[in-house]
Amino acid sequence: MSEPPAPIERNAAGDFLVRLGPDERELLRRLAGELEELLTAEPENPSLRRLRPRAYEDDEVEREFQSLMGAELESRRLENLRWLAESAGRDRLDSEELDRWLAALNDLRLVLGTRLEVTEDQFADRFDPGAPDAYELAVYALLTWLQEAAVQAASTALPDKRD
Amino acid sequence: MTSSTQAPAVVELERPAGDEDERHDRPWIVVVWNDPINLMSYVTLVFQKLFGYSLAKATELMLQVHHEGKAVVSSGTREKAEYDVARLHAHGLWATLRQD
Repeated sequence: MSEPPAPIERNAAGDFLVRLGPDERELLRRLAGELEELLTAEPENPSLRRLRPRAYEDDEVEREFQSLMGAELESRRLENLRWLAESAGRDRLDSEELDRWLAALNDLRLVLGTRLEVTEDQFADRFDPGAPDAYELAVYALLTWLQEAAVQAASTALPDKRD
Repeated sequence: MTSSTQAPAVVELERPAGDEDERHDRPWIVVVWNDPINLMSYVTLVFQKLFGYSLAKATELMLQVHHEGKAVVSSGTREKAEYDVARLHAHGLWATLRQD
C-alpha cells in the first residue's frame, strides 16, 4: 500500500486543505457534539478533569483564579467544539479556523485519553482488537493521527525564528 | 533549575528578611508539567505560538517537560504569569504559577 496524503496540509496560498472521508467527518461531528453535551450536562464528570487544571496550589487563590478565568475558558472551549462540529465537512480552513480545530481536537484527546487512562507509550504494545476498550482506543489513535497532521501543517505557517 | 538573574544586594537595616516588599519584587514563574496525552509536537507548537520562541528553544523546553517532568516556560509579574497560565490552559496544557 502506498502512503496516503496527509489529512491536513497547507497549500501555497496559506490555507489548510482537509482530506477526510465522510465517515471520519461524521465521527468528528459526533465526538464534538458528545463532548459539548457532557460539558453542559455533567460539568463535574471525572473524565473532564484534564480540561481544567489547577493554576495554584492554594485552594482559596485557586478559587479566585477560576472565578476570573474559568468562565471565559469554558465558553471558548464550547465555541471551539461547536466550530469543529459545524466545519467538519469543510475541505479548506484558514489559519485561525485551524487553530480552533487544534484546540477542539486536543480537548477531545484529553477527555478520551483520561477516560482510557492512556500512558505515554500507549501504542508501543500491540493493539488488542478484542479488548473491551478497543473501539475507543482506535478513535483515540485516529484523533492523534489527525492532530499530529494539524500540528505539522500549523508549524509550517510559523515565522522561521532563530535564537 | 537555577535563576540567571541575581537579586541586587539591598541593605535593609530596619526590616527583617522576608518582608512583604521584598516578596513583591520576586518574579512569578509559570511551570508546565508533563502529561501522557499532549503530543510532543503540539506542546512545541504551543510554546512557539504563545511565547514567540524559536523552534529550537520551544523543543528544548518541551523535552525538559518530557524528561524532567516540568519546565519553567515564562516569568514576570503575577498578572503576566496568570495570563500565560490561562493561555496555556486554553491550549490544554497543564500549567501552574508560583512566586520564585
